[in-house]
Amino acid sequence: MSFLKKPSISHPGLPKNDIGLTIRDYEGAMSTLCAGCGHDSISSAIMQAYYELSVEPHRVAKVSGIGCSSKTPTYFLGGAHGFNSVHGRMPSIATGANAANRELNYIGVSGDGDSLSIGLGQFGHAIRRNINMMYLIENNGVYGLTKGQFSASADRGSTAKKGDANPYSPIDPVMLAISLGCTFVGRGFSGDKEHLVPMLKAAIRHNGFAFLDIISPCVTFNDHEGSTKSYAHTRANLRETVHADFTAHHEEIVAQIDPGEYKKITMHDGSRVGFQRVDESYDPTSRISALSYIEEHREKGEVVTGLLYFEESSSEMHSVLGSSQQAMATLPYKKLNPGAETLARIQSRWR
Amino acid sequence: MKPTDTARPDHFHQVVDCQWGCPAHTDVPHYIRQIAQGDYTGAYLENRKSNVFPGILGRVCDRPCEPACRRGRLDEEPVAICRLKRVAADLSDDIREFLPPKGPSNGKRIACIGAGAASLTVANDLLPLGYDIVMFEQHDKPGGLMRTNIPSFRLPADVLDDEIALVVERGVDLRLNTKVESMQALIDEGFDAIFVGTGAPRGKNVELPGRYDTDRIHIGIDWLEEVAFEHTKSIGENVLIIGVGNTAMDCCRTSLRLGGKNVKVMARKPRNWFKASVWELEDAEEENVDIIINHAPKEFVVEGGQLKGMLFDKLHYDIDDNGRLSDPTVIEEVFIACDDVILAIGQDNAFPWIEKETGLELTQWDTPVVHETNHSSSIDGIFFGGDAAYGPKNIIWAVEHGHRAAISIHKYCEGEDISDRPPRGLNLLSTKMGIHEWSYSNDFDDVPRHKMNHVDLVRRFKDIKIEVELGFNAEQTAREVERCLNCDIQTVFTEKLCIECDACMDICPTHCLTITENGEEDDLRGRLRAPANNKNQILTVSDALPQTGKVMVKDEDLCVHCGLCAERCPTGAWDMRKSRISIPYAFQK
Ligand SMILES: Cc1cc2nc3c(=O)[nH]c(=O)nc-3n(C[C@H](O)[C@H](O)[C@H](O)COP(=O)(O)OP(=O)(O)OC[C@H]3O[C@@H](n4cnc5c(N)ncnc54)[C@H](O)[C@@H]3O)c2cc1C
Ligand SMILES: Cc1ncc(C[n+]2csc(CCOP(=O)(O)OP(=O)(O)O)c2C)c(N)n1
Ligand code: SF4
Ligand code: SF4
Ligand code: SF4
Ligand SMILES: [Mg+2]
Repeated sequence: MSFLKKPSISHPGLPKNDIGLTIRDYEGAMSTLCAGCGHDSISSAIMQAYYELSVEPHRVAKVSGIGCSSKTPTYFLGGAHGFNSVHGRMPSIATGANAANRELNYIGVSGDGDSLSIGLGQFGHAIRRNINMMYLIENNGVYGLTKGQFSASADRGSTAKKGDANPYSPIDPVMLAISLGCTFVGRGFSGDKEHLVPMLKAAIRHNGFAFLDIISPCVTFNDHEGSTKSYAHTRANLRETVHADFTAHHEEIVAQIDPGEYKKITMHDGSRVGFQRVDESYDPTSRISALSYIEEHREKGEVVTGLLYFEESSSEMHSVLGSSQQAMATLPYKKLNPGAETLARIQSRWR
Repeated sequence: MKPTDTARPDHFHQVVDCQWGCPAHTDVPHYIRQIAQGDYTGAYLENRKSNVFPGILGRVCDRPCEPACRRGRLDEEPVAICRLKRVAADLSDDIREFLPPKGPSNGKRIACIGAGAASLTVANDLLPLGYDIVMFEQHDKPGGLMRTNIPSFRLPADVLDDEIALVVERGVDLRLNTKVESMQALIDEGFDAIFVGTGAPRGKNVELPGRYDTDRIHIGIDWLEEVAFEHTKSIGENVLIIGVGNTAMDCCRTSLRLGGKNVKVMARKPRNWFKASVWELEDAEEENVDIIINHAPKEFVVEGGQLKGMLFDKLHYDIDDNGRLSDPTVIEEVFIACDDVILAIGQDNAFPWIEKETGLELTQWDTPVVHETNHSSSIDGIFFGGDAAYGPKNIIWAVEHGHRAAISIHKYCEGEDISDRPPRGLNLLSTKMGIHEWSYSNDFDDVPRHKMNHVDLVRRFKDIKIEVELGFNAEQTAREVERCLNCDIQTVFTEKLCIECDACMDICPTHCLTITENGEEDDLRGRLRAPANNKNQILTVSDALPQTGKVMVKDEDLCVHCGLCAERCPTGAWDMRKSRISIPYAFQK
C-alpha cells in the first residue's frame, strides 16, 4: 500500500457536475488493497457513476461484509455513511438501514466469498425482499483477503496459484439472481469502465434491488494462467451482449441508433436506460431467454456481460410492506413509538 | 499517434519545465534536492556548472524558469527557484578546490573584449583547456552592467567580487582601464580568436523640446553607472522616471536612496503592458514609488535654464477582443513638476570602435550579424555574445552565449567545424528503493510560496549599499524545497508489462493518464480523462498494449511526479526514474 496521502492538488480544469462537485470530491481514503486489484478499479467506476449522476455523497449509505472487496467502501465517497459489517451479513444490515431510512441511496459491496459462500442465504433473501439498493459482487473467484482459497464462483477445473484444480462447479450469481426474481441483473468487468459506469448509473437509479456481478481480477492470487478470472482470460472470453446506456431524465439521447437494435426503457423517475443489443437474438426483458442464453455461452466458456435482465419493479420492500412514505428515521418519536397503551390496544384485538 | 520516442534527450528535458525554460539549462530540481539534503556546496557547484554566477543570479536573475515552473500551472505560484539558488550560494563552503585549474598552456591566445558576464563565461570555459585569455575592460573593475547598473541594494559588491574572482584568479590576463579603440588593431595583434562581450552600452535618448536646455535630464544607464562609481551622490526631491522596464525600476529605487522623496515612474501604456518583471514592480511599489500609466512624454519644461517639470499627453486605449491595445487617443495635457528626469526607455548596441574595413557585416539596426547557435560573425575567428550579440537581454542569456561561444572558439582553434555542435545526452536511473519507497521526496508540500523577507522601510534607505532582500531563513528553505514537484523524476512506461488494470489512471491525482484507442493528436487530446488543452506540453503515447491493443497516453502538462502510478502498478510497468540531461561545455572535451 502507499503510505502517502493522495496529493490534494488537482487538475485546475476538472469539469464540475450539476451540484458543483468534481470527481475528486467523490474520493475516499487511500486504498490499502494490492496494487492493480480489480476492486480499486470498480471503486473508481463507482465514483464516476455517482459523480455523473450528481448525487450528494452524504445522501449515500455504503454497506459491506468482509473481504478485500468489502473493504473498498472506505476508498470511495468519503463523505457518505458507511457500515462495514460481518462476513456475509451485509444484506441484514442493508435491510435494517433501508427500513429505517428509505431516503438514502444504498450501495452494498460484497465479494464472491462474502455473498456466495457464507452469505448465500442472506443474499437470496435480500433479492426476494427487493430492497431498494444497488448490490455489487466484486467477483474474483477467490477469497482474496484470506490468501486466495477458491470461492464458490471459481470455475470447475480452474487452477489455484500453486496449480491445484477446483473440483466444484461454480455458482453463477447472475443466474441465481434472475431465477430468484431480481428485477435488475447485469454483469461487468472491472477492466472495462466504458461499459461498467453506465450500468452502475442505471443500477443506482433502479427502484428496487439492482444486482451487478463484476468480474474483478485478484492480481495477487488469481491472475495467473489457469485462472478463469484473470485480466487476460476475462478479456479473451468476454462477450458483451447488451450495452446499457443511461440517460438522466433531463438529458436527451443524442445518438440515433437503429431501433431494431436499440430499446429504451423509462425508469420510475423518468430517466431512461437504453439497451443496445450487440447480439440481436438477445432479449433482456425475457427471463427465459436470458437464462438460456447465458447458460449456452457459459458452456462455450464465454462470459456474457451487459445489462442482462431488466424489468420495471414496483414492489420494492417499502411498497410491499406499505410502510411510511416518510423515512422512519425522521418520524417524530411519538409517531414512531405510539406507546404502551396503543400496543395494549392492538394486542387486545387478538385476545 | 506514433509511439513517443522517449530516448530523444529533449523529450524528458522538456518535462523539466524550469530546466527547459532556463537559457543555461540549470538542473533546478537536482539542486533543490541537494539543498533539501543540506548539501549547499553541491547545490552551488551544480548551479555554477551551467550558470557560473549562482550568488549573483540567486539575487538578480531574470528567472525565466519561474514562469515556466509546473506549480504555476496548478493554480499556484511557482517554486521560489531563484531564492533557493541564493540559499545555496549563501551557505556553500569555499569551492575553489572543486574548480578545474587553468590547463597547461596550449599556446593559443584569445582576446575577450569587455569583462561582463559573457566574457567571463568564455574565460571560465576555456581556461581549463589551456587557453591564454586576455580580457580588456575599459573600467577599473570587472563585471560589466552587473557592477555599473545593477544597484548594490540588489546585488552587493562583495558577492560580485567573489564570483568574478573565481574566474579571473585562475589565470585570466585581465587588463583594466583598457578600452579597445580599434578592432583592426586587435586583429593585427594576432589573437587566435576574439570574443566581443561589450554589451549594449548606449542608453536610448528622448528627443523632445527642452531636452538640451538643462543638465537635470539623465540617461538611465549612464546615471546608474555614475552612481555605482560614486560620481553622483544626490538627486532632487522630485524625480520623474520615463519608461517602465527593469532599468526604470532600478532608477526609481536608486533615486529614493540619493535624496528623492517624490519619485514617479511614467508609463505610456496600461499595467499589463509593462516590461518590468512583476517582482521588480512589487519591490518598487513597496518603497512607495508611484507608477503612473497612460502618460506619453511631450515636452521638458525649462525656465531660465532650470528644469520645472514635464508636459505629458494623457492617453486612452481600448482593448480589443484579442486583448490588443488600440491606438491611443489623447484626453488631455498634463504638467508634472520635477527637479530631475531619468530616461529609462532602453539600450542600443554601439560599436564605434569596429572599423568598416574589418568587413564586419551589420544588420539594418547596426548590430552585427551573429549566428544563432555558434555565435560566429562574418569575420572568421570573431565571435559575439551577451548583449553585444543581439541587443540587451539579461545575465543568464549572456552566460549561455558565453558557453556556446566557448565551444565554437575551441572548435575553431582545433580546426573543427563550428556548426557541428556536440549533442545533449540523457541518463535515466530508477529511484525505486523498496516496494513503495523512492530515493526522492514524492510527497510534496502544498504550502503557498514563501515570501522573501526585506530590510524594513526605514533602515534600507540609510545606505544605498544595504541589501534589501534578507534571503530565506532555515524554516522557509526547509519548506520551500518541498514545494518542488520533482519534474526530473520521470514516469517511464514499459508497455509489454502492462495488464491494463487501470490502477495508475485511477490513482493519478491530476488525471494525466488515459488508456484508450489510439488516434491523431487533436482527437486524442479530446478523449483524455481531463482536459488536455495545453499544447505546449507533450502527450507521451505508448506502443499498443498487449491485451487490448489500446495505448497508454500521458498528458505531461500537470503530472506532479508523485509516483503513485508506479506505486499502484502491480507489474512495474511504470517506474520513476531520475533524468539527468547532460549539457555539453567546452571544458568537458
Ligand atoms: C539597469 C539595469 C538593470 C539590470 N538588471 C538585471 C537583472 O536584474 N537581472 C539580469 O539578469 N539582467 C539585468 N540587466 C541586464 C544585464 O545586466 C545584462 O544583460 C548583462 O549584464 C549583459 O552582460 P554582457 O557580458 O553581455 O555585457 P555587459 O555587462 O554590458 O559588459 C560589457 C563590458 O564591456 C565593457 N566594454 C564595452 N566596450 C568596451 C571596449 N570597447 N573596450 C573595453 N571594454 C569595453 C564594458 O565596460 C562592460 O564592462 C540589467 C540591465 C540594466 C541596464
Ligand atoms: C464469519 C467469518 N468466517 C470467515 C472469515 C474469514 N474470511 C475473511 S474474508 C473471507 C473471504 C472473502 O472473500 P470474498 O468475499 O470473495 O472477498 P475478496 O477478498 O476476494 O474480495 C473469509 C472467509 C471471517 N472474517 N468471518
Ligand atoms: S488479495 Fe487480491 S482481492 Fe485482495 S487486494 Fe490483493 S489483489 Fe485485491
Ligand atoms: S507521477 Fe503518476 S500518478 Fe503522479 S501525477 Fe504523475 S502520472 Fe499521475
Ligand atoms: S497500473 Fe500498471 S499494469 Fe495497471 S494499467 Fe497502469 S501501467 Fe498497466
Ligand atoms: Mg473474492
